[in-house]
Amino acid sequence: MDISTHNTDTDDTPPPTAPPAVTAEQKRAARGATRPGDRIFLALSRGSGIFLLVIMAAIAVFLTYRAYLAISKDDANFLTTFEWNTGLVPPKFGIAVLAFGTVVSSIIAMVIAVPIAVAIALFITHYAPRRMSGPVSYVIDLLAAVPSIVYGLWGALVLVPHMDGLFGWLNDYLGWTGVFSWDDGAPRSMLTVGILLAVMILPVITNVSREVFRQVPQMHEEAALALGATRWEVIRMSVIPFGRSGVISASMLGLGRALGETMAVATVLSPDFDIHASLLNPGGGTFAQNIASKFNEATEFGRDALIASGLVLFVITLLVNGAARMIIARRSEYSGANA
Amino acid sequence: MKLQRMNRRALSLGALAVSGALALTACGSDDTGSSSGSSSSATAAAGSIKCDDAKGQLLADGSSAQKNAIDAWVKNFTQACSGVQVNYKGSGSGAGVTAFTQGQVAFAGSDSALKPEDVTASKAVCSGGQGIDLPMVAGPIAVAFNVSGVDNLTLDAATIAKIFDGKITNWNDKAIAALNPDATLPDLKIQPYHRSDESGTTDNFTKYLIAATPDNWKYEGGKAWQAKGGQAAAGSSGVAQGVKQTNGAIGYMELSYAKDGLGTVAVDTGASAPVKASSDGATKAVAAAQVVGTGSDLSLKLDYNTKAEGAYPLTLVTYEIACDKGNKAATLPATKAFLRYIASEDGQGILSGIDYAPIPDAIISKVRTTIEGLS
Repeated sequence: MDISTHNTDTDDTPPPTAPPAVTAEQKRAARGATRPGDRIFLALSRGSGIFLLVIMAAIAVFLTYRAYLAISKDDANFLTTFEWNTGLVPPKFGIAVLAFGTVVSSIIAMVIAVPIAVAIALFITHYAPRRMSGPVSYVIDLLAAVPSIVYGLWGALVLVPHMDGLFGWLNDYLGWTGVFSWDDGAPRSMLTVGILLAVMILPVITNVSREVFRQVPQMHEEAALALGATRWEVIRMSVIPFGRSGVISASMLGLGRALGETMAVATVLSPDFDIHASLLNPGGGTFAQNIASKFNEATEFGRDALIASGLVLFVITLLVNGAARMIIARRSEYSGANA
Repeated sequence: MKLQRMNRRALSLGALAVSGALALTACGSDDTGSSSGSSSSATAAAGSIKCDDAKGQLLADGSSAQKNAIDAWVKNFTQACSGVQVNYKGSGSGAGVTAFTQGQVAFAGSDSALKPEDVTASKAVCSGGQGIDLPMVAGPIAVAFNVSGVDNLTLDAATIAKIFDGKITNWNDKAIAALNPDATLPDLKIQPYHRSDESGTTDNFTKYLIAATPDNWKYEGGKAWQAKGGQAAAGSSGVAQGVKQTNGAIGYMELSYAKDGLGTVAVDTGASAPVKASSDGATKAVAAAQVVGTGSDLSLKLDYNTKAEGAYPLTLVTYEIACDKGNKAATLPATKAFLRYIASEDGQGILSGIDYAPIPDAIISKVRTTIEGLS
């Protein structure tokens, strides 16, 4: 049918006029956008892209310049000093404790949050009855909407007073490691902060993991079931391998929040400028917490120093994201694109 | 449709009647209220607050330690001078001084006097003059504790220093027992709380320790806490809350936070009896202070070793900072009127009721003279 009508069309149109029409169309296609809408849109989107790069470059220049002003006057080694006192003459400050505390608290948060988040996501997508999975996802979403200062207040007023039991138990059975020894201080320590951060990053990781697990091709799961696999084996053989890179991306989103969390940490942690082997005794600090607690009373110079510490946090975040991208790239054979 | 419209008209008529009645009764009650209840304070305020031709918005920023005092003053002042809006942002002494030297605010509040470099910077905004310190509020820094079974505790500067430096770690330590022969001190770990943020309270607390017991407190001082160990919390409220939550805790904070189950330490100054933190004690301590500012600057140097009866040496003086000459013409009348009020007898009089301390007469009279000379 189609072919016949096509044939009659070509027969009707005179041969000399047809070729120029075709070439004009081809030319237009070759040149790309020629209608005004296309050109305006191209200019707008290109302009926006360049604008973003310019903003980022301007921020980077500003931060680097201010950081340089501060570090050039620092009397101590900026990277290795266990002190933050910009009011001294000459000033002494360093980021060793902050870098350590930021990384440690984030690692604790990840260790606690990732398995729980993945388990919740699997439960919602593969185990829970439909009537239940809806409300559970909804509650998880609500957790993400709670402002961090509210987490901070909850942590200081509810979590901290209830940590004594856990800390005592850890000290009794694992105190010999040194990492879990506890001197009976108020439990406002790195571990408490890690637990609080874990609660805070749970919704991000859960939500993204849930979406990823939903995308597992039905055929994979049905094939596994047809081979006689149990539900756990289906999850192990088809769902988790398929979702692995997605879960890693989700964890990196969560890690980003944990690295930069400010008010909650500042409210809960009892900071000092020292590195302790024990995670249970108060002490340590994080970049964001230190900026929040020093900014108000800081002089111009003190702010420059805080900006310098913020730059280091930026570099750490950059490294972490780079590493995550490398891991995801290496596992790309499992990703949805090849499924 | 028609019915609805009628209804709406009826409703609006009713609403009008009700709101009219409310407005009338509101007017009535207002009249009687002002004529009987608040007349005395209104006349007193009108008598002492001279508005002159002050109007417009008065921006100020600085010390959070004096925020409550400023709030109380602003309330009274704006009642009398309705043309002026005073907007004090308590974002911290450092931020206040920075805002002042950048010309963003008419005056700043600060827990410590201007440093020489701040004075130099202030010359850019005070044309022909410079920034000066006017002591306006004193505040006792209480050392509050939470030890079950102990209601009264006496400590001296050396013991306080050793506790906060982690040299004395148990409540039944001999040094504490010697100062408190009557108390039954438990075998309990001491948990000293300090500020995690930079703070004028920390600065003044450590200044006291450095001056009163230099052998036991060898740190340089400043707004950031320097001793290692102990617990830290953000803000006076954070420290107060931490001490409340922890049995065996002790911490320093402004007096107004040391409430609700917290005991305050009586400091053994060498006077005949130990002195508890109080508004009166702080005023007596400031009376022993020396004015060290030059010219119209009135920055004070407290005598932390004072043995005067009833003087509580652990005291913080907070200043208002303004230009001696070259204040902005637009805000000068309002600045002067407000500062004149807070330095007046009425202004200083409300302080002891809100856990601050008034500046003693000898010094505040100099402040008043200086304020009249502002231009």
